[in-house]
Amino acid sequence: MSVAFPFSAIVGQDDMKTAVLIAAIDPTIGGVLAFGDRGTGKSTAIRALAALLPKIAVVVGCRYGCDPAATGDRLCLECRARQAKGPLKSRLVPIPVVDLPLGATEDRVVGALDLERALARGEKAFEPGLLARANRGFLYIDEVNLLEDHLVDLLIDVAASGENVVEREGLSIRHPARFVLVGSGNPEEGELRPQLLDRFGLSVEVKTPVDLRTRIEVVRRRDAFERNPADFVAKWKKEDDRLRRHIVAARALLPMVEIPDAAQEHGAQLCLALGTDGLRGDLTLTRAARAMASLEGDKQVSDRHLRRVAPSALRHRLRRNPLDESGSSVRIERALTEIFGP
Amino acid sequence: MRAAPFDYSVYDDGLLAAAVLAVDPAAIGGVVLRASAGPRRDRWLADLRQFVAAGTPVLRLPLHVGDGRLFGGLDLPASLRLGKPVVERGILAHASGGILLLAMAERLSPALAARLCAVLDFGEVALERDGFAMRMPTRFGVVALDEGASEEEYPPAALLDRLAIHLDLAGFEPSSRTDRHDLSAHVSVARTLLPAVVASDSLTEAFCGAAMAFGIASLRPTLLGLRVAKIAAALAGRTEVAETDAALAGRLVLAPRATMVPTDAEADSQEAQPEQSAAQQGLDRPHTENAVDVPDAPLDDRIIAAIAAAIPAGLLGLLSSPDPAVSKAQTSGRAGALHKSRLRGRPAGVRRGEPQGGARLNVVETLRAAAPYQSLRRREAAVSGRHGATFVQVRREDFHVTRFKQRGETTTIFVVDASGSSALNRLAEAKGAVELLLADCYIRRDSVALIAFRNRSAELLLPPTRSLVRAKRGLAGLPGGGGTPLASAIEAAVALAESVRRKGNTPTIVLLTDGRANIARDGEPGRPRAEADALLAARQARAAQLRILFIDTSPRPQELAHRLAGAMGATYLALPFADAAGVSAVVRQIASRSP
Repeated sequence: MSVAFPFSAIVGQDDMKTAVLIAAIDPTIGGVLAFGDRGTGKSTAIRALAALLPKIAVVVGCRYGCDPAATGDRLCLECRARQAKGPLKSRLVPIPVVDLPLGATEDRVVGALDLERALARGEKAFEPGLLARANRGFLYIDEVNLLEDHLVDLLIDVAASGENVVEREGLSIRHPARFVLVGSGNPEEGELRPQLLDRFGLSVEVKTPVDLRTRIEVVRRRDAFERNPADFVAKWKKEDDRLRRHIVAARALLPMVEIPDAAQEHGAQLCLALGTDGLRGDLTLTRAARAMASLEGDKQVSDRHLRRVAPSALRHRLRRNPLDESGSSVRIERALTEIFGP
Repeated sequence: MRAAPFDYSVYDDGLLAAAVLAVDPAAIGGVVLRASAGPRRDRWLADLRQFVAAGTPVLRLPLHVGDGRLFGGLDLPASLRLGKPVVERGILAHASGGILLLAMAERLSPALAARLCAVLDFGEVALERDGFAMRMPTRFGVVALDEGASEEEYPPAALLDRLAIHLDLAGFEPSSRTDRHDLSAHVSVARTLLPAVVASDSLTEAFCGAAMAFGIASLRPTLLGLRVAKIAAALAGRTEVAETDAALAGRLVLAPRATMVPTDAEADSQEAQPEQSAAQQGLDRPHTENAVDVPDAPLDDRIIAAIAAAIPAGLLGLLSSPDPAVSKAQTSGRAGALHKSRLRGRPAGVRRGEPQGGARLNVVETLRAAAPYQSLRRREAAVSGRHGATFVQVRREDFHVTRFKQRGETTTIFVVDASGSSALNRLAEAKGAVELLLADCYIRRDSVALIAFRNRSAELLLPPTRSLVRAKRGLAGLPGGGGTPLASAIEAAVALAESVRRKGNTPTIVLLTDGRANIARDGEPGRPRAEADALLAARQARAAQLRILFIDTSPRPQELAHRLAGAMGATYLALPFADAAGVSAVVRQIASRSP
């Protein structure tokens, strides 16, 4: 598909849209998992994100899209060599949003020996894979719960370390691979491994709209888009541009956002009450609340922000109790009411 | 030039479905054709072939297709000839502009379905294989040949959601109109007219309302249905969708997906029922009257009435009953991958090794391993005077083989006695055990199924699944009470276990009962015959060499239960207070033993 459906034209699905925006504002939160009903525009929203993102500066000629402002191990080996010779030249490129299709082979994901150059010229050259392309951007996996196990293992490792280590065919290469992991899927197709689940910062439950007006609007916009994609995108461009400026402003505001002690404490209380595993929940919760505050233009994190992001930051970190009929969302809602009041 | 108005309603819905698909296969995703292989299905496919434009590719996709053929990859002969990688297009790219026939779609794995769905959604093949990274645009329609024999056998739900028309050829008499010539001519006219066809706002709204009234949650069918309506309008030579077009789309797209029936529409169609069943479930009745049935009613009510009339009478009763029996549309799809042998199943990486003992050579990795040494080997060959004719010199040590997942999954089949007074308690505990095991499953990738038996028969409540979500829904509201048809239960469990085994998985049966059979195989009450039947079924179970765990739940261990367990070669366990945690612990222990 050459033209993506505009992000701002997506009807409803506020939870999912907010989560995607938060992940775009602060990549360190660690991405979004959109799990839910079929035909709700999960992948539409994520693919639309690419058009919304501001451009970033990359080192000219770098195959991994290194940041010219970075130093040390944040740079690939080639850029470190370049840096030793003088200041790095930079250029602006769109933030990469890379698709990892289900049928991908391992060599394309991690990168491998460049077959063409090896066969034709006998050169041993590395051909970067999807992980290299996704560096400093987004890696999107649709139907993530159906991804083959050996690829999942690989992703879990790279997503945690931010570095792709390739040891194959006599190549020994490492390069930075920091990306925001974005996944979508339908829980009926199977569960996700807890380790992979943990790599996602936020998790949203996507539900089919049950209100007729909303549904009609979805169908109408989709119809208009299909009849004339170019016109439709042009019509929504203003809205998308506004949203992009909003993201840029929020990104700039983010370092200034403070977390008062009270908010920090409330976050910790919430995690304690829910018994989330490890510290990752707490950390993600405060980071997400900060991004939420900056999205709303607030300089201080308040309970309102915490409340807004808590379900998506914690939902997938609760220890599972299969005999508890109420889902994770209900448990979080209960804990929120206990701590923050109704 | 505008075609003369054409009344397509003289044709039956089956033929119209083929015509609609032929106009623009990719626009509507495709057709799920539920029918057994036979002349009727062949006739439909022949009609479709006649309707599509000349030269349109109609390709058959076998179930066992590998990713390499599906998406494309390295073209080995060309690559070796030219000394550089040459890409070969896969089936999905070849099907562009045409139709892809999916044989035995009910056996399609969710993994293959997900691959197909991604390509259907975005109209391109995203190739990230064998060192190639490219996008190949492709638009095609799918005809899923669904030969599912039972309610549980359906193609994966993700695929069903994306194929607009669901057509069941069973109990369907082809229309008396056999002249396809007219229709065929209008298909090609419709193709040129289609881009100009619009649907009014009021019609779009009515259609959305109708989809909601029939409890169709996903929005995709609504979108697809509107496209079908537009194609129908184009077939009739109209540039605006008329009510009859929307009614046809409703019958083809919405009616088969209905999970409930709007209350007033139900009343309408109940009146129309006698006439309907006389007309073979109403698929070949003249359609013109559908839309004009209730001329004064608002548009959406008229569309709803037309759709309700298309739902077979038996199903209508089922859907409108308050019992929240999970609708077939929601539970369809089969979980669980196929891992048959080292040759089959999903690849799980590549390792160095020789293609012996059935292991499959991975050509790309082998070439990669050989590539760095080419200049060296050429020089070596020149020195030793062996001028090889081959461009690329591959040696034994370069060989790489593809690893496949070898460990089959374990499927635990719970067979729960839901009869008598203690049923409720036992069911609740079995339910708990199923969920506990499932919670453990995502680590081990195992699946669980549940059969309950009471009154006269055994019923499969939960087909093998790995999904906690589905299990919870399937287990909600288990009924209890009645007689104990133990023989039927054992038979059902063995049948399911064997089908699990055929898929390459390892079944374990967990039977929770007090063993007091009192319903014979034929459904007649009577203890002696029931016990004899149960013993016979038990011996058959033993012949099938299955791993069985017999949990005796009666307050005092029963002699008959013991005998039954012996007859089926089961591990016997008296657990009068079988609780969820206890049962799941025992099952885990038993299942981890090798068979």
